[in-house]
Amino acid sequence: MTTARRKSYGVKGAPYAFLLPATILFALFFALPIGYALWLSLHKVQVKGLGLGSGARKEVWAGLENYKDALSDSELLSGAVRVVGYGAIVIPVMLGLALLFALMLDTDKVRLAPFTRLAIFLPYAIPGVVAALLWGFLYLPDVSPFYFVLDKLGMPQPNLLDGGPLYLALSNIAVWGGTGFNMIVIYTSLQAIPAEVYEAAKLDGATPLQIALKIKIPMVAPSLVLTFFFSIIATLQVFSEPTTLKPLTNSVSTTWSPLMKVYQDAFRKGDIYSAAAEAAIIAVVTLVLSFGFLRAANSRNKQEEAR
Amino acid sequence: MPNTKLRRLVATSIAVTLGGTALAACGSSDDKSSSESGPASLTYWSWAPGMDKVADLWNKGPGKQQKITVTVKKQASGDTLVTKILTAHKAKKAPDLVQAEYQALPTLVSNDALADIADESKDAKSKFADGVWQQTTLGSDSVYAIPQDIGPMMFYYRQDLFKKYGLTVPTTWEQFAETARALKKKAPDKDLTTFSANDSGLFAGLAQQAGAKWWTASGDKWKVGIDDAATQKVADFWGGLVKEGAIDNQPMYTPSWNKALNTGKQIAWVSAVWAPGTLTTAAPDTKGKWAMAPLPQWDGSTDVTGSWGGSSTAVTTDSKHKAAAAKFATWLNTDPQAVAALAKEGGIYPAATTAQTSDAFSQPPAFFSNQADFYPKAAEIAKTTAPSAWGPNVNVAYTTFNDAFGAAAKDKSDFGAALKKMQDATVADLKKQGFGVAQ
Repeated sequence: MTTARRKSYGVKGAPYAFLLPATILFALFFALPIGYALWLSLHKVQVKGLGLGSGARKEVWAGLENYKDALSDSELLSGAVRVVGYGAIVIPVMLGLALLFALMLDTDKVRLAPFTRLAIFLPYAIPGVVAALLWGFLYLPDVSPFYFVLDKLGMPQPNLLDGGPLYLALSNIAVWGGTGFNMIVIYTSLQAIPAEVYEAAKLDGATPLQIALKIKIPMVAPSLVLTFFFSIIATLQVFSEPTTLKPLTNSVSTTWSPLMKVYQDAFRKGDIYSAAAEAAIIAVVTLVLSFGFLRAANSRNKQEEAR
Repeated sequence: MPNTKLRRLVATSIAVTLGGTALAACGSSDDKSSSESGPASLTYWSWAPGMDKVADLWNKGPGKQQKITVTVKKQASGDTLVTKILTAHKAKKAPDLVQAEYQALPTLVSNDALADIADESKDAKSKFADGVWQQTTLGSDSVYAIPQDIGPMMFYYRQDLFKKYGLTVPTTWEQFAETARALKKKAPDKDLTTFSANDSGLFAGLAQQAGAKWWTASGDKWKVGIDDAATQKVADFWGGLVKEGAIDNQPMYTPSWNKALNTGKQIAWVSAVWAPGTLTTAAPDTKGKWAMAPLPQWDGSTDVTGSWGGSSTAVTTDSKHKAAAAKFATWLNTDPQAVAALAKEGGIYPAATTAQTSDAFSQPPAFFSNQADFYPKAAEIAKTTAPSAWGPNVNVAYTTFNDAFGAAAKDKSDFGAALKKMQDATVADLKKQGFGVAQ
């Protein structure tokens, strides 16, 4: 390109002109709100006396006080622990099932593949709140058809909305809704594997199981990493499922997950300053965890390539 | 390259258009005229169903003469609207009029969102019971809202099932506990009622009946009395019933709860005057089988009830037409025609005392057609409402109640400890914000 370098200013400026709309939109609807949230997180309200009447309430600089409070808040930490427990169930089960379904759909002998694919994917198209409501009704012993059947059969009826089973109940909603999406991602990358790889394997006498374990899974590893990455983020941000189940049971508190605590502080307690600080902390933790995972996965890939 | 210039032009114009749209979206402003006199156009945020029809009555009648037009914008109820009002107020764009629950008034006033309409509402005071009016003044000489509806608490029970199980309607809380136990003995799978931790208003009303004063102002300090003796009595009473299994511990307003009421698994409900509306949707099959009685008493010799729910109409400090807005708020809640329309369209139980016995309330609600004196009785009960005492962080106390009592009800553990948690969280929040707090 050096020989044909154009000297006119107009051409030089063109890339910037093209960038401009995106930059403006990014600045207005992304950078600015984040900046404002950070600004809020460094402030607090200071009230005088009874706090009634005008001028009794001032916004003052708080420094890192909100962050300090948030980090020492046991409720936020226990929320994080609950979410980790929830994620420990959701992520392996969901991705395991997604991989299994994708591999099964990718075998030669599968029948009704398009229908099955759609059937597994369909729950993903159902909004999270609707899915949580649906399952919530199914978990309530008094209105659930499952409990009706269990009752008629004289089988034990576990309380799904309490203690340990609550985690299973919540995870089930996420697995039901998320498996299809992850399956499609993995399945798409399975389809991209060239057929001659399989041919070579078959000529060497590999069974379908061996092909799946030794060829397919290693070759779709990048998309597994990707789905894992998305799942970590989604898990840390879990909000709608527990929020929807909350009115149905005493076991889900208003601060069950960290994001619920942010919502609680901002919109029910009216303390947007603490909420902003908590949101910032959650964002940082999410970034560190998800990109930390990506880095670890990439470096492993590189090591393997080097071998 | 003749093309380059064109491309640049297109790119720039797209950018400008997008940026311009974005800026316009941010900066759209209302065209409120700034003068106080002359024609006024008011915006009213309310969640009451049919409020637009009531506003139409005003716009066609008195509003037309006085050149004051009111536009109703339907909102979500309760805490959600408080947050929205405060956010709008921050941008100095709150509507002229808002609907606000009584317990939210101190929060709104403390954010300087509500205007003092004492001068404009002088004549209105006499139309309301003192206990109701006092909630809109926060104990000062100012008036921050006009009462709209109230929720005096009552005891609802299944008349047919009480007869079937040989139970009598309890007039004291002690009898209430005995009734719950008696029912458990006769029908172990039934419950008299449930203790629900998902609506703090119920517990606040019960505490109010027992004589609790959760927030009181003395000098420039707030005194928080959430764990006072009266509330402790209420908490221990319900905690005891839950612990011994005399009543259920599952939350209200769930599909399970609806079914329990509809099939007679739960045969009574401590509720407020608006219960017929809730029962109509929750337990449609039980129409005509319920009856209403006064709330059980702590002391056999007194007659007092608490309140659960109820709201008022307030004028915001952002309004450019405060006098006009106050005029509408007064008309809306005291004019016989307006209050009748509110009752008919919105199904509210009016705060104005004369309206409670007006023609609109001569017939019992359809769901209680078996109890002809429903409304006369309700008006009698409303007169016995205990005064309430709200403070500037009711929302914090309420959310702490949800979690602390939810956990206590689930574990059937000590309600007193949950109450202590509620008190501590409320005091800690006041202190954190810098309010003066008396120990």
